[in-house]
Amino acid sequence: MKILVGYKRVVDFNVRIQVRPDGSGVVTEGVKLSANPFDHIALEEALRLREKGIASEVVIATIGPADAQAHVRNGLAMGANRAIHVVTSAAIQPLTAARVLLKLVEKEQPGIVLLGKQAIDDDCNQTGQMLAALWDRPQATFASKVDVEGTVARVTREVDAGLETIEVDLPAVITSDLRLNEPRFIKLPDIMKAKSKPIETIDFASLGVESGDSLKTTRHAPPAKRSRGVMVKNVAELVSALEAKGLIR
Amino acid sequence: MSTILVVAEHLDGRLNASTARCVTCAKTIGAGAIHVLVLAEDPAGVAEAAARIEGVSRVLTVARPENAHALAAVLAPQIAAAARAGYSHLLAPSTTFGKDVLPRAAALLGVAQVSDVSEVEGPHTFKRPIYAGNAIVTVEAPADALLVGTVRTASYAAAGVGASPAAIEALALDVALPSHTRFIELVQGASDRPDLQGASRVVSGGRALGSSENFAIIHALADKLGAAVGASRAAVDAGYVPSDLQVGQTGKIIAPELYIAIGISGAIQHLTGIKDAGTIVAINKDADAPIFEIADYGLVGDLFTIVPELTAALG
Repeated sequence: MKILVGYKRVVDFNVRIQVRPDGSGVVTEGVKLSANPFDHIALEEALRLREKGIASEVVIATIGPADAQAHVRNGLAMGANRAIHVVTSAAIQPLTAARVLLKLVEKEQPGIVLLGKQAIDDDCNQTGQMLAALWDRPQATFASKVDVEGTVARVTREVDAGLETIEVDLPAVITSDLRLNEPRFIKLPDIMKAKSKPIETIDFASLGVESGDSLKTTRHAPPAKRSRGVMVKNVAELVSALEAKGLIR
Repeated sequence: MSTILVVAEHLDGRLNASTARCVTCAKTIGAGAIHVLVLAEDPAGVAEAAARIEGVSRVLTVARPENAHALAAVLAPQIAAAARAGYSHLLAPSTTFGKDVLPRAAALLGVAQVSDVSEVEGPHTFKRPIYAGNAIVTVEAPADALLVGTVRTASYAAAGVGASPAAIEALALDVALPSHTRFIELVQGASDRPDLQGASRVVSGGRALGSSENFAIIHALADKLGAAVGASRAAVDAGYVPSDLQVGQTGKIIAPELYIAIGISGAIQHLTGIKDAGTIVAINKDADAPIFEIADYGLVGDLFTIVPELTAALG
């Protein structure tokens, strides 16, 4: 079985995001870019399924600008067998991303598509669900545990009410939550090895995908700030302050 | 005027309060009418609760055995079919339920989705947070297409109870449902405390608690206040409490009237989950902890002394 993994490049999660003063976007020049943390977890899970003998090949897919090659190489260094890089300079929206992934799914025929539950830049949390809908296959979102047996995957999902377990027939889309696993570190020999792994580059336009980018972002603004309050000296002061605001008793 | 369809979230025959929060959002869009869609095995009780929400003019029910559990692959085709009946907007709460099912419905309808609507600027213009709430974008959706959106529930208070209940109608949908996705089980944290997402008071503990056993002092304070219990990601990762108690960007985003953060330093991911809280109290031994930058009341000291003292002081 083949596993296709979505592997998006985003602003590193440690970067303090700053909104441009003219509201045209956030500052991305000169900031560190990394794999979306949830995609990183998705790739780790795919590699573990290969190591267990359940998957035979792990293919990563990146949709992004031409300079995302180094990012793609990182995914190969982590252990993916090969990569597909759909090249576009546009910041495409989830419906378009799902349509692109569907094209790749039709070509690659994976048994599982593993994606991050959301990208930490646009925080949309849509692409996996949309791909599953367009593909007309099951989805198991927010996965914290994945067990594959034959043609069925049993997935535990982190939902608001607790932990839900569902069973899905393969092929299916699975999206990773934070606690699915802890990704491995890349070792130097793997970086050398990754240099000879194949990357197939596909021009976005050549896929013939209808754009679903119908939302227009007109303004970026910094969030409203909460201001620093007062420091109380002891429990008695805290209790009287909360009482005065009618928050207790 | 537009007509808005809100997808009801429910579990074990009870309507989730997130639905009434969505109705409040729908009202700010300026709807001519607001309908609520209840998909269930036996929707009667949930539908009655939805019909009492102020502002709801009609409740539509679909009773099918396949709807016994909220499986996105089963619900989405029904939601898409219902939404095709001339609605201008399709909304669901941005809870794990809505996040799971609504994008699937949007893709079936061939339209984009606006996730986490936090403010309505016009019928097709919305504000939403990106980058874990570190930037707020204004998004314009095409006026000639169905608007699909999830509502950031912490941004909206729940709509109240209306003067007279809305009409309840059974909806006949001719939709084939898949069997490729099957519910196995739901393990819920056994608790008689209020639900974290909807509670008006929340007491949260962080890594400084040091162990699962030590969380007992958080529980004791929460019980005294009638509060829900939450936790930081660090406390969840350390295994002190289950993951469904996690507050923050990757956990639950909440807006209680009173939030008490105990032994939580205040990583940006955590602060994102509480910034709409009414009053924030922070108790931490590190006076330089970032949580104090946003707390309304801060108290520096040893939580193992302060928390029992606070619990006792509340009588």
